[in-house]
Amino acid sequence: MKRTGPVVFGSLIGMVMLLQYFSPHPALLDGYNLILDMKQVVFGMTLILGIVSLVRYHASKLKRKESGWFYSLAAISGLAAMSGSSIIWGTERGFYPWAFDNIQAPMQATMFSLLAFYVASASYRAFRVRSFHAGLLLAAGVIVMLGRVPLGELIAVEFGGHRYALPQLSSWILDVPNLAAKRGILVGVGLGMVATALKILLGIERSYLGKGA
Amino acid sequence: MTGPDAGMDRPGAGRTCAWNRIATWRAAALLLLLPAAPRAQGLAVPPPPRVADRPNDNGRALVLAWDVPDGAPPGLLALLERRDGSGIRDTLQAVPALEPGAAERKGSFTDERGPRAGGSYAYRIAWLARGDTLWSDWSEASEPSIQWFNAERVSVAAATLLFSGILIGFVAAARRGATLFIRKIPGLEAVEEAVGRATEMGRPILYSPGLDPMEEVSTVASISILGQVARKAAEYETRLMVPNRDPIVMAVAQEVVRDAHAEAGRPDTYRADDIFYTTYSQFGYAAAVCGIMMREKPATNFFIGKFYAESLILAETGNATGAIQIAGTDSDSQLPFFITSCDYTLIGEELYAGSVYLSREPLLLGALKGQDAARVIILAVLVAASLLLALGVYDLRPYLD
Repeated sequence: MKRTGPVVFGSLIGMVMLLQYFSPHPALLDGYNLILDMKQVVFGMTLILGIVSLVRYHASKLKRKESGWFYSLAAISGLAAMSGSSIIWGTERGFYPWAFDNIQAPMQATMFSLLAFYVASASYRAFRVRSFHAGLLLAAGVIVMLGRVPLGELIAVEFGGHRYALPQLSSWILDVPNLAAKRGILVGVGLGMVATALKILLGIERSYLGKGA
Repeated sequence: MTGPDAGMDRPGAGRTCAWNRIATWRAAALLLLLPAAPRAQGLAVPPPPRVADRPNDNGRALVLAWDVPDGAPPGLLALLERRDGSGIRDTLQAVPALEPGAAERKGSFTDERGPRAGGSYAYRIAWLARGDTLWSDWSEASEPSIQWFNAERVSVAAATLLFSGILIGFVAAARRGATLFIRKIPGLEAVEEAVGRATEMGRPILYSPGLDPMEEVSTVASISILGQVARKAAEYETRLMVPNRDPIVMAVAQEVVRDAHAEAGRPDTYRADDIFYTTYSQFGYAAAVCGIMMREKPATNFFIGKFYAESLILAETGNATGAIQIAGTDSDSQLPFFITSCDYTLIGEELYAGSVYLSREPLLLGALKGQDAARVIILAVLVAASLLLALGVYDLRPYLD
């Protein structure tokens, strides 16, 4: 029962969700909405587990004064301050909106801005020409990047009475070979997703349940 | 009392009266606000609209259609009114009488707010113009009906059944003991080497199952691979850290890792605190994982699952710490970043083949072969369609007739 119960339950719920896609009947739609509501309840309850896990993780680091313990102190302090503030004053006034606007949002923007530097360092590594494929990648990258800036429009050739500028080649690279490869990956991903979902529905894939499944 | 005003003395008639007054004032306001509204001179009283059930729905809509007479001025508006079985009337919105860009002089409207399955509804239409409102007679009562099957999705249903049949066929073949071959996947071949490296260096393994919640297929695939990685880590007694963005994923990961340790005969080496929740914020999660990588210096990083903009931040930070990195995602937009910064990358469907490849379970192998067979069919259809398009054939229906 411990092994088959979750599999049967998962299969039943999955079948309802699958059938709901093909049937507009209100009974199935109500079942679909009920399952989504149940999922929200489960999420809320596991969020409590998550917070307990987070506090335990950082509390043990604080207790043992492991290296970087002050980061754990910052994490627990932030959790306590935001939770307490939202409980006492709500999320529209008090410390919560101020902390969100002046601490959390700038920190998120800072993390996002790291991407600019990481793209540069990753590009430097990727474009080192050590093989034919790397050379091809470099050439395509240069064409696409130049084609996206105003300078690219000035790089053009006249042929057969027509002017061919770099942005056109850039667009062709993105619209033809790149898109073809992307679609090939997407077809494979789509098939993989459907196959994995079917395996879960049919109870063939049970590794996510752990031992004995 | 009969005719269009029947029902005035029924229960709810007070509401009907109030609604009628509101409707009249609404219509008057429309006329005042539309100084360019055409005059209705020369237009005949419209016939009742044609009412039909909207197909492939849950019985909560009716479709109205009408013809616009020749000579109707441009910009003519049609006002619609509904009457239910108990006589309660409701004025619907005013819509352009002629559908914009329509080749024929027809108009239509879908009433989705009032109709319910089991009820019957009649409608009438009026040409709305300055000084005149020409109401039609009431149409015949129509009943919206519930359909059990959405016929617009029959092709998806057929494809799903075909694919399921192929999958089940290959699973049955695997159950009978057929030998099934799958090609080498370098990223998955390197898992054992990566875990061994962490063991030799005495440093932990970091496993990120992605940012999506548990109901996403990529996360399920990631958790399946986590079970295999956790088992190897338990055999080598190497610490495995799994930071999570979703609490449900954390709960599932804890269960899977604990059972993997038990299966490897090392239940005492399981540390629940190593599979923990960080934050639901996307970049907060990225910052947390980057901090762990910089402080704990794991020897091996696994980024398996669904990732978004933070993928490059994670991969580059891990690269800077000198860890061997194995990534796998079905996000096509993040694949280039992982390919650049990681030692091995599972591209697209290789992620879904991961748990099959590592476990070599016959039934799962059969399902994987079924997937390949379906891909061959899709390829054949694509090649045939491309050839037909190259020959200038865009529509097969004339040939089938």
